[in-house]
Amino acid sequence: MKPAPFEYHAPETLEEALELLARFGEEATLLAGGQSLVPTMNFRLAQPAVLVDLNRVQELFYLEPGEGGSLRIGAMTRQVTVERSSLVRERSPLLFQTMPCIAHPQIRNRGTIGGSLAHADPSAELPAVLAALEGRLLLQGPQGQRWVDTREFYTGMFATDRQPDELLREVEIPAWPASSGWDFQELARRHGDYALVGVAAVVGLDSNRRCRRARLTYLSVGDGVVEGRRAAESLQGRVCNGEQLAEAARLAAHEDVDPLEDMHASVAYKRRLVEVLTGRALANAVARAREGSAPG
Amino acid sequence: MSTRYFGKSVRRNEDPRLLTGRALFVDDLQLPGMLHLAFLRSDFAHARIHSIDYSEALGLPGVVAAFDAAALGEYWKPGPLLVPPPPVEGAVFSARTQVPLARGKVRHQGEPIVVVVAESRYLAEDALDSIIVEMESLPAAVDLEEALAPGAPLIHEDLDSNLAAHVTQRKGDFDSAAKNADLVVGRRFLYDRGASAAIENRGIVAHWDERAQHLTVWDTTQAPIPIRNGLAGLLGLSESQVRVIAPFIGGGFGPKIMMFYPEEVVAPWIAMRLKRPVKWIEDRQENFFATTQERGQVHDSELAVTREGQILGVKDVFLHDNGAYNPYGLTVPINSQCTLLGPYRVPHYHSEFRAVFTNKTIVTPVRGAGRQHGVFVMERLLDLAARELGLDRAEIRRRNLLRPDEFPHNHQIIFQDFAPLTYDSGNYEPCLDKALEMIDYHRFVSQEQPQLRSQGKCVGVGVVCYVEGTGIGPYEGARVTVEPDGGVSLATGVGTQGQGHFTVFAQIVAEALGVEVHKVRVVTGDTGAFHWGTGTFASRGAVVAGSACHAAVLEVRRKILRLASGILEVSEEDLELADGAVRVKGVPGSALGLGELALKANPLRGAVAPGTEPGLEATAYFGPSSGSTANGVHAMIVEVDAETLMVKIQRYVVVHDCGRVINPLILEGQIEGGVAHGIGNAFYEQLIYDGEGQLLNGSFMDYLLPTSTDVPRIESGHLETPSPLNPLGVKGAGEAGAIPVGALFAQALEDALSPEGVEILEIPLSPNRLFELLEEARSR
Amino acid sequence: MDLEAKRHRISITVNGIGFDAEVEARLLLSDFLRHQLGLTGTHVGCEHGVCGACTVLLEGQAVRSCLLFAVQVDGLRLTTVEGLASGEGSESLHPLQKAFWDCHGLQCGFCTPGILLTLLPYLEENPTPSEGQLREVLSGNLCRCTGYQKVVDAALAASRTLSGAEGSELEGPSGGSETVA
Repeated sequence: MKPAPFEYHAPETLEEALELLARFGEEATLLAGGQSLVPTMNFRLAQPAVLVDLNRVQELFYLEPGEGGSLRIGAMTRQVTVERSSLVRERSPLLFQTMPCIAHPQIRNRGTIGGSLAHADPSAELPAVLAALEGRLLLQGPQGQRWVDTREFYTGMFATDRQPDELLREVEIPAWPASSGWDFQELARRHGDYALVGVAAVVGLDSNRRCRRARLTYLSVGDGVVEGRRAAESLQGRVCNGEQLAEAARLAAHEDVDPLEDMHASVAYKRRLVEVLTGRALANAVARAREGSAPG
Repeated sequence: MSTRYFGKSVRRNEDPRLLTGRALFVDDLQLPGMLHLAFLRSDFAHARIHSIDYSEALGLPGVVAAFDAAALGEYWKPGPLLVPPPPVEGAVFSARTQVPLARGKVRHQGEPIVVVVAESRYLAEDALDSIIVEMESLPAAVDLEEALAPGAPLIHEDLDSNLAAHVTQRKGDFDSAAKNADLVVGRRFLYDRGASAAIENRGIVAHWDERAQHLTVWDTTQAPIPIRNGLAGLLGLSESQVRVIAPFIGGGFGPKIMMFYPEEVVAPWIAMRLKRPVKWIEDRQENFFATTQERGQVHDSELAVTREGQILGVKDVFLHDNGAYNPYGLTVPINSQCTLLGPYRVPHYHSEFRAVFTNKTIVTPVRGAGRQHGVFVMERLLDLAARELGLDRAEIRRRNLLRPDEFPHNHQIIFQDFAPLTYDSGNYEPCLDKALEMIDYHRFVSQEQPQLRSQGKCVGVGVVCYVEGTGIGPYEGARVTVEPDGGVSLATGVGTQGQGHFTVFAQIVAEALGVEVHKVRVVTGDTGAFHWGTGTFASRGAVVAGSACHAAVLEVRRKILRLASGILEVSEEDLELADGAVRVKGVPGSALGLGELALKANPLRGAVAPGTEPGLEATAYFGPSSGSTANGVHAMIVEVDAETLMVKIQRYVVVHDCGRVINPLILEGQIEGGVAHGIGNAFYEQLIYDGEGQLLNGSFMDYLLPTSTDVPRIESGHLETPSPLNPLGVKGAGEAGAIPVGALFAQALEDALSPEGVEILEIPLSPNRLFELLEEARSR
Repeated sequence: MDLEAKRHRISITVNGIGFDAEVEARLLLSDFLRHQLGLTGTHVGCEHGVCGACTVLLEGQAVRSCLLFAVQVDGLRLTTVEGLASGEGSESLHPLQKAFWDCHGLQCGFCTPGILLTLLPYLEENPTPSEGQLREVLSGNLCRCTGYQKVVDAALAASRTLSGAEGSELEGPSGGSETVA
């Protein structure tokens, strides 16, 4: 298992990287952490002609507070940096909770936020979590930059709205919504594996403790990030008691998701897991929202 | 008997090298001018080859040569039948062994077709893409029953069917026993395939020295001596012209004893032909197709019992998946057949199996080697009978255990070593009692479980018994030499794959000579150092090679005493060996260092008495009359998440009796590793083939080895019933941990889910499968 | 092909020693360390980033060397298993290595270098981990021989030594001595 030959470039600036993308177009593949790309190259399933390695582009490594309580994460920020960041814990507790669920420490030491998001693996945690957080992505091309909402960014399995001459520059996570609770739940056969099913939940309560808004997003149950819209809508304006949450979980499993069978889980089992995990995630999210505890 | 080293938890001699990265593994070799091999393997499980064209590959940068079956010329021939069928009356057996490179057709996915030789592995792999093989895909025989059905695709077209063997062994008369029984329970049981998955893949380096006319081969084999002998024969060399070295091996677990793998045959031939060293290192992807696997069997079984739960007889008719070829004969199904009887008294037994060729990777023993299936069937049948009879699961086992006065116990059927299956010694009931006590079985069943259930928890307990035939023949040897520096060299023929041979064999020698364990330098698996023996398999290293070490060192000890007695002018009875010296008892000042004595035993000038053998050295061999039978009991408490069907092992207890223990720490390690392997087989690992014989999960991403968070802490207890068949009283332990785990999982999970009426008749399981079983039970 | 001719110059520091080398872009770091530098203690078990045998430290952090190209580590510092012990003899083993020796934390030893290098930075940052935490950090390193129990025991023993909870001598099951049970 040795990769096929390729031409290698390691630009040191964003500008150089963009020039390389402009020059090689679709022949070029961006190398971020490489924790998904290199295995597929070793299997020779991916044989890029040109590899543009972003690991020396210092401009892409940052993690900083944005305006109004938001969070800005440079695309090449290592997952381990996010995992250990007190700023992330403060401003995006859902993301903070999710980070240790991604693979193993050795992978997170090298893997990047942007790499995982741009890879668009339907089984990856970060796209689902970013969608739950209503984050947006900053794409930089030769003509300038543009912001894309997470929902628009993903166009299918391993497919995104990023154009061949663009690169993902930054991820922005908006300020944590007031009176909101969160939870991330996933189940994998083994610790660190791709999840059989995963769900991210954010629930906001109003002053009467009714659900002001809820967001549910799933991984491993479709071509990409799958939203639990009906489940979330069913909670709107309701008191989130056990019965209500159970109904939402049922809706999620039977109306929102349309999972495919894989070798580890049948459709029926995946639906079961969606229902169970949704129930658990909502219960935890509601409890956190009720505590009114500010994240952190 | 008081010992200094034997029976002690001595730290391992081999560890400093391994811990610092200085131990030599096959892939660590770097020889000047070395070439690298890559194999083009079949994508199809079953296909006819119409043409092969590798001419373009030959023109690519760095490519030195390429060969297909035709290019091997007369060297091409099917491999040897490594294990002939045992002499069971009426047995039918057709040997069809693997070939170096496929000719005419391929019979399993990953079968090699062309080998490319290049300056680097990278370049060799590049060249594979340019090879054109015209192939016609054929329907595949995958499912065992379908493979035997009329009209099934024929894998070996010179045979009438895909039947490889049909063997029946009988004891007594099951049918009449069943007629007299109060209860006969019967079911169909499935046990599916897994990979051995040593973390080190296979590999081989071959170096032909043209001037010395000598071939050196480094091979990840568990059996370097048979490999040397076989290669010499194939290549037309004398055995002394070939040296095979099995250096440190990164885990064996059975498949590394297969003989010959195609790559093992091809690499030395290429090295000789090109007169350059060659290396082939299997990668993980290849390992999933090219390294042998184990375990597909389907059993239709019945158990006849009295209403008190006493076993009257067992009938077991099963199909065994051979894979595409059967070089290892019938070892695996014979083990299933024999191990089924377990620690129990079974007066009537009818066991019949058909081995079946399928378009899948070859099956040879993998840690447990068919014993799992037998244990699974018997233990499940006992559980079913206990349920029907309203008996406690531990109690039905107790009522059938062989008593100490029933040994040796001849089961009147033939075992894998061709001898009648005879248990040498055992004391089974204390083993069961100890396991029940350690896991607090009765309290769990009567108090904890009802209480937890009332809290909505889904908990279950399992307890299963097993025996393991270990330490079979034919023989091993060892040579012990006292060196002039006072150290002791020990050479033996078995290969080592992490079992601690460098230490346990050293302990045996150190004990007899009174030297420290680390002063004994052990060489294993190098035919240049020792060239008689068979290999590491069937949990036999400590028993057979260990006993040979013991015999050799006793002879050296005799030589030491004889020589020292002359020098010190005292009788041998007045001498003792301690601290690396021989001395007059009670007179420390008289000590004569063993190194000094070794020098005196090898004079450079002067005369010696006629018949004197030089040096303090001896070689000895040991061949047991038959195998020694270890036994054990495993018990486990599991909790199942009723919603997700994820399983958590709360406690895992092993009580094991493998005779006298040489090194408790190493033994524990063997047991713990075996249990982890068993947990993998039972709940995580399954090779999933589709109807075309395509493996769907050939990577470590999708084939799930258990990790540190999946394997619980294992609590172990030991009992020692010495074997009368070897001077050390030891029995083997390498495979034991892995054998009963499937049966244990099934029982404990069934117990946890018993309010739902789930019945578990198959391995491996998974949360998804438990979900399905639960749904099925609910819809009944 | 032209591509194959293209080689990249790199300068790296491995175990404190500087190396200059020329590499093809596609050469995996694991292969570079093993076959170009001869540091064969780093083992290769899967080449797809799952088994963890090839784990090395890159700038002090545990990474899979089969998922990096050698060309990527130009200018960086690496530590491999050969860099742990302070000298040749068994007395110069790193306390972590010694704990594995004392506790029988290895059998075939093939996965061991990756396990040591996963644990080393972890124990530096988390001097008193629980068994559960250790199992979690080790879950990215596959071992087929040990069942992990004695690996975990060794890691716990090492944490006690490294955190100074015990004297400099590790307490193994054999009491740190070679011959006593």
